[in-house]
Amino acid sequence: MIQIKDLHKSYKMGKNSLHVLKGINFNVEEGELVAIMGSSGSGKSTLLNILGMLDELDEGSYTLDGVPIKNLNETKAAQYRNKFLGFVFQSFNLINYKSAAENVALPLYYQKVPRKERQEKALKYLAQVGLKEWANHLPSELSGGQKQRVAIARAMAAEPKVLLADEPTGALDSTTSYEVMDLIQKINDQGNTILIVTHEPDIADMCKRIVHLKDGVIIEDKKIEQVRAAKYV
Amino acid sequence: MFDLERWQEIFDTIRKNKLRTFLTGLSVASGIFILVILLGFGQGMQNGIAKEFEQDAATSVWVWPGVTTIEYKGMNPGRPIQLRNENYEFAAVLLEDQIENKSPRLFVRNSFVNYGNESLAYNVQGVSHQFQFIENEFISQGRFLNQQDEDTKAKVAIISNKINREVFKELESPVGEFLDISGISFKIVGVYGDIGGEREEDRIYIPISTAQQVFNGADKLNNLSYTLPPAEDFEAAVAQSIKFKNDLKSYLQKAHTVAPDDTSAIQIYNPMEEAKRFYSLMGGIKFFFWFVGVCTIIAGIVGVSNIMLIVVKERTREIGIRKALGAKPWSIVGMILHEAIFITAIAGFSGLILSMGLLEIVGPHVEVDYILNPSVNFNVALTTVFVLIFAGAIAGFFPAWRAAKIHVIEALRDE
Repeated sequence: MIQIKDLHKSYKMGKNSLHVLKGINFNVEEGELVAIMGSSGSGKSTLLNILGMLDELDEGSYTLDGVPIKNLNETKAAQYRNKFLGFVFQSFNLINYKSAAENVALPLYYQKVPRKERQEKALKYLAQVGLKEWANHLPSELSGGQKQRVAIARAMAAEPKVLLADEPTGALDSTTSYEVMDLIQKINDQGNTILIVTHEPDIADMCKRIVHLKDGVIIEDKKIEQVRAAKYV
Repeated sequence: MFDLERWQEIFDTIRKNKLRTFLTGLSVASGIFILVILLGFGQGMQNGIAKEFEQDAATSVWVWPGVTTIEYKGMNPGRPIQLRNENYEFAAVLLEDQIENKSPRLFVRNSFVNYGNESLAYNVQGVSHQFQFIENEFISQGRFLNQQDEDTKAKVAIISNKINREVFKELESPVGEFLDISGISFKIVGVYGDIGGEREEDRIYIPISTAQQVFNGADKLNNLSYTLPPAEDFEAAVAQSIKFKNDLKSYLQKAHTVAPDDTSAIQIYNPMEEAKRFYSLMGGIKFFFWFVGVCTIIAGIVGVSNIMLIVVKERTREIGIRKALGAKPWSIVGMILHEAIFITAIAGFSGLILSMGLLEIVGPHVEVDYILNPSVNFNVALTTVFVLIFAGAIAGFFPAWRAAKIHVIEALRDE
C-alpha cells in the first residue's frame, strides 16, 4: 500500500538547515495497523505530513497504492488526499458550527456526492462509531472521546485507502483513549490500513507493528502481538 | 455560481454566523443608502433651481432705469434716467436680429379700478402684445393684446385667472365685461395665467399706446423687456444673452449720456447669467455629492475586505480542515468569494430598495426652497450596486486567495 524509499526532508531555519528525516525506508501492506513512535523531534510528525501529502519530500520516493506521489500541484494533492487518505488529529479538528453529521459528510461534499446520499452515509458512519443519536449535535456539545469518534467517522466516510492518525488519543484520558483504540482496531479488523503516530507505549502496543523513529532514522521496526483494547473498556 | 451544493454550503455558513454577516451587510447597505439619498437630493436641488427660473422665459432680459452715480461729460451725478419710446424703438432696430420678443412697459400709477360698484386693488400696466411670451403667460379665455390694439389705442384690458376668480366668480366668463380704470371704460378681452403662480397674477394689462395716451404717459416708459431667440445649447444661450445685454447697455448709456462704468443708471437683469451661476454652483454641489457618495462606497468596500480578512483569519483552522479533507484551492476561493458576493449583493440591493423607497415616498412631499422632488436615476443607482458588488468581489478575492494558500499543517497546529 505504501512504499517509501530513501526519504529525506530538511527544513530551512534561517541560515541553518535542519535535517529532519535522514533516509527513511519502509513499506506498509494493506490491512496493517502501524504505530510510529518516537520522542518529540524524532521526525514522526514530518513523516506523517509527507505521508498525508501535506508536505513535500526533498529526496527519495513515495508511492501510495501504486501511484507515485511527486511534484503534485495543490489541486492534484487535494484530489489525492480526498481519494486516498483519511485524517484523524489530536485536537479533533471538527468544524465547530457544523453538526456531527455535517462534519462527517464534509469529505463527501468534496467528492461531489449528492446531498441526500451524503447524509445517509454520514449517518451510517456515525452509527458505526456509536454516535447515531448525536448526529445533530454540535461538537461543543460532545465529550472529547465523542469528538474523536466523530473525527474517525469523518475520516472513514471518504472510504480512504489509508487512515492517518496523529496522536489520536493525545487529548483524551486513558479510559477514553482505550475506547478510541478499540474503535480503531475494529476498523482495522475490517481490512483498513491505519497508521498511528503516538508516543504512548500502551497505545503502540495495541497496534500490530511498531516503527521506532529517532533523530530522523528508523531504529526499530517490529511486528508485535496486538493487545486488544476491548478488555480495558 | 449555479452549483446548488455550494449555495447550501453558503447558506449554512451564513445562518451560523449571523452577526458577522449582518455587520458586513450593514456597511454595504448604508453605503448605497447614503449615496442614493445624496444623489437624490442633488437631483432635487437641480429640479428646484430649474423651477425657480421657470417663472419668466429663460432667455428674457429686463431693463429698468435708475439714477446716475458718476459725473460724466459735465453732467452731475444723481440725475434720474427716463426711458422713452425712442429708446425702445431705436434699440429694436439696432438689435433687431438678436431679439425674439420685445415689450416696453408703463406702470399706471395712482389708478382706481372699479367693476360696477366694486373697487379693486390691482396694478395696471401698459405692455406690448409680445409681453405674453416674455412673462410666460398663458391664455385661459379670450385673447391677449394684439398689434391692432396698440395701433388703434384700443381700450381693452387683459385680466388674470386670479382676478377672474376674485371678482367675476358669478359670471360664466368675464370677457366682454367692462372695467372702469380711473374713470375710463376698458373692455375685458382675455384672461391670462402665469406659470410662476398667483403672486404674478395681480396685474391688469392694457396696450402700451393706450396707457401712454390715456394716463398722461407721453412717451415715457418704465421698463423694457426682451426675449432672445432660442440658442443651440445652454452655453450659446448664455453667450448670446451676455452679448445682447452689453450691446443694449452701451446703446442706452450713450443715448442718456451715462458713464460706461455707472452701474446704477441703467440696470439690466439677465436670468440666463444668473442661471449660469446657479447651474455651475449646482454642478459643484452635484460633484460634491458624488464625491461624498463614492467615498462612502469606498468605505463600504474597505469594510467588506476588512471583514473578509477577519473571516479568513477566523476560519483559518476550518479552511485547513477543509483542505485536509480534500478541498481544492479554487473551491476555497470560490466559497469565500461566493459568500462575499452574495452578502454584498443582498445588502446592496436592500440599501438600494430602501433608499429608493424613501425617496419615492418622502420625495414628493419635500417643500423646501430650491429642493423639488428629489429622485434618482434608477439605472445610475443600479450601476452603483453592481460596481459595489464587483468591488466587493475584488476586495474579497485577495483574502480568499490567501486562504486557499494556507498551509494545512500550520492552520491545524495547536495553539
